[in-house]
Amino acid sequence: MSVTSPLAQSVPAASGWKSRLHFLWYLTRRSPLTLVGVAIIVMVIIMIVAAPLIAPYNPDKLMLSARLQAPSAQHWFGTDEVGRDLFSRIIYGSRASCVAAFMIVLISVGVGVAIGCLSGILGGRIDTAIMRLMDVIMALPALVLAMALAAALGPSLVNSMLAVALVRIPAYVRLARGQTLSLRERVYVKAARTFGASPLYILRWHLLPNAMSPIIVQATLDLGGIVLIAAALSFIGLGAQPPTSEWGALVSTGRNYILDQWWYCTFPGLAILITAMGCNLLGDGIRDMLDPRLGGR
Amino acid sequence: MASASEPRKPDGQKPAALTIDGLSLEFPTYAGAIKALDDVTIEIGNSEIVGLVGESGCGKSVTTMAATRLLPEGRYRVTSGSIRLFGRDPFAMDETELQDVRGKLVSTIFQEPMNALNPTIRIGKQLVGVIQRHEAVSREEAERTARGILRDMLIAEPERIMRAYPFELSGGMRQRVLIAMAFSCNPGLIIADEPTTALDVTVQAVILRLILDRAKRTGTSVVFISHNIAVVSQLCDRLYVMYAGRIVEAGPTRAVLESPQHPYTQALLRCLPERVEPKAELEAIPGTVPNLLDPPQGCFYRPRCPEANEQCFAKPPSMAPAPDHLVACWRRETIQPSMISEAQQ
Repeated sequence: MSVTSPLAQSVPAASGWKSRLHFLWYLTRRSPLTLVGVAIIVMVIIMIVAAPLIAPYNPDKLMLSARLQAPSAQHWFGTDEVGRDLFSRIIYGSRASCVAAFMIVLISVGVGVAIGCLSGILGGRIDTAIMRLMDVIMALPALVLAMALAAALGPSLVNSMLAVALVRIPAYVRLARGQTLSLRERVYVKAARTFGASPLYILRWHLLPNAMSPIIVQATLDLGGIVLIAAALSFIGLGAQPPTSEWGALVSTGRNYILDQWWYCTFPGLAILITAMGCNLLGDGIRDMLDPRLGGR
Repeated sequence: MASASEPRKPDGQKPAALTIDGLSLEFPTYAGAIKALDDVTIEIGNSEIVGLVGESGCGKSVTTMAATRLLPEGRYRVTSGSIRLFGRDPFAMDETELQDVRGKLVSTIFQEPMNALNPTIRIGKQLVGVIQRHEAVSREEAERTARGILRDMLIAEPERIMRAYPFELSGGMRQRVLIAMAFSCNPGLIIADEPTTALDVTVQAVILRLILDRAKRTGTSVVFISHNIAVVSQLCDRLYVMYAGRIVEAGPTRAVLESPQHPYTQALLRCLPERVEPKAELEAIPGTVPNLLDPPQGCFYRPRCPEANEQCFAKPPSMAPAPDHLVACWRRETIQPSMISEAQQ
């Protein structure tokens, strides 16, 4: 077929993992703050995974001879009222705090997107009922509702996680529903129907992949806020229970010693601050990458 | 009915690809019912190429969407008439049967190739997905079929195209992929809904030729929907001219073009820019398409028709034989071909 050559269009060769890495690097280099965010998150992840390797002491080991000591070479962040090493407790605390925050986001994204897509596809009365219920949840202050739920279910890390997750669900329901409503009018969704695709196939292959990018952005941006909410619940005693080390709980206990032992509150507080900031920076960066209109530079 | 105007009947046993008989359809709205289709009768035989011509909003797409039941369920009402798709009634099918029919028996080629492919999935996967939806074949076999059809669409390197994402392809290329997709399960009927409207004029002819050649080779019937009577006339065996939800003229392409009887068809032909001298004023049909919420009394074309009289007010005309074809106009005997040439001067 000699006719083919003038008609053939040039398509760039499929990109391997190397060029993908390069692309990622290029995007990151454009905004150094994203890089800071990535660095913080990577650090936190290393802390979570390799806590026993990094922590110099057993976080639960009491050393009554060394109570409330100021930061020193032996105890970088000082010790608490029963002589436990604060540095080690913060390292181990990352497990409870960050894993909880991550699980909360995972649950609320999963449940929220499922409900949102369903609501958008089904439409009609079911859609109205679901959306009004979400409005009710959204009308209540998030922290207050989470507190009430955590208190009602009994104070524990898992219960507080469920409570915060429930509070965050409406945001994802609305996002996913909006995406579904706009995407299902796209020509390729209509085309898929003319080729005999079932609603489930359309949901899996046409709606979800195209709805994902704003949801990912929302989730990463949310992560920072949720680290704060989870810490707040532990701070008021509804989250992780002693002796589990958790950042919010550490700040809470440290409050009693805030005047004389400044380090007790400060270091766990800094851990929360830095982690939340890292999540936000990363979220902003991902948003800029996925939305070319915001790129600007 | 004049025998010449009868659609060509196939061998007798095989039912026609699509038979729409006196279909009237309306969309209920707060302001009242929009009568989108009124007594539409269309027959598309097997291996027949048929054109459906008319202005935007005249009901061309609604007609074909009704045939595959792709109109939003519950938002429309069929008030009379029937549809037979290869002898089967789409309104008697359940959702699963409809899904089996769509893509396997009837496929659609859309107007906007830029948006008709999912931007997040590679071309190959989308093509293979359609094939595997309807044929019980292995992935490798489906991929081989896909490559074959792409090559038939004059795509030089099907392997590379299949690995590409839609944004990497030009509009003409995407439309070829979509045509390949439409033909991938060897459907009996293809609905080509303005397949070249969004494309560059230089590729239009190539694309239309691809559809036509493949259809001729596989014995597939094709409905070309278009507002461009010139494009359609070169491709189709027969033409249906629609106006405001009604068929106004129907018959073999040659008969309709050479002796158009309906004033609307005549006006459409006069409006073709190709027929106008350079720098001359382009012709336009005076007036606008009627509001289907509140259609004019009698013949729908009457308000724009220079020939209208009292008879046209009284009652909408029904299809009646004209030389070699059918036309719906009360004044068909009084409008002489000589008047067309006069109007053209």
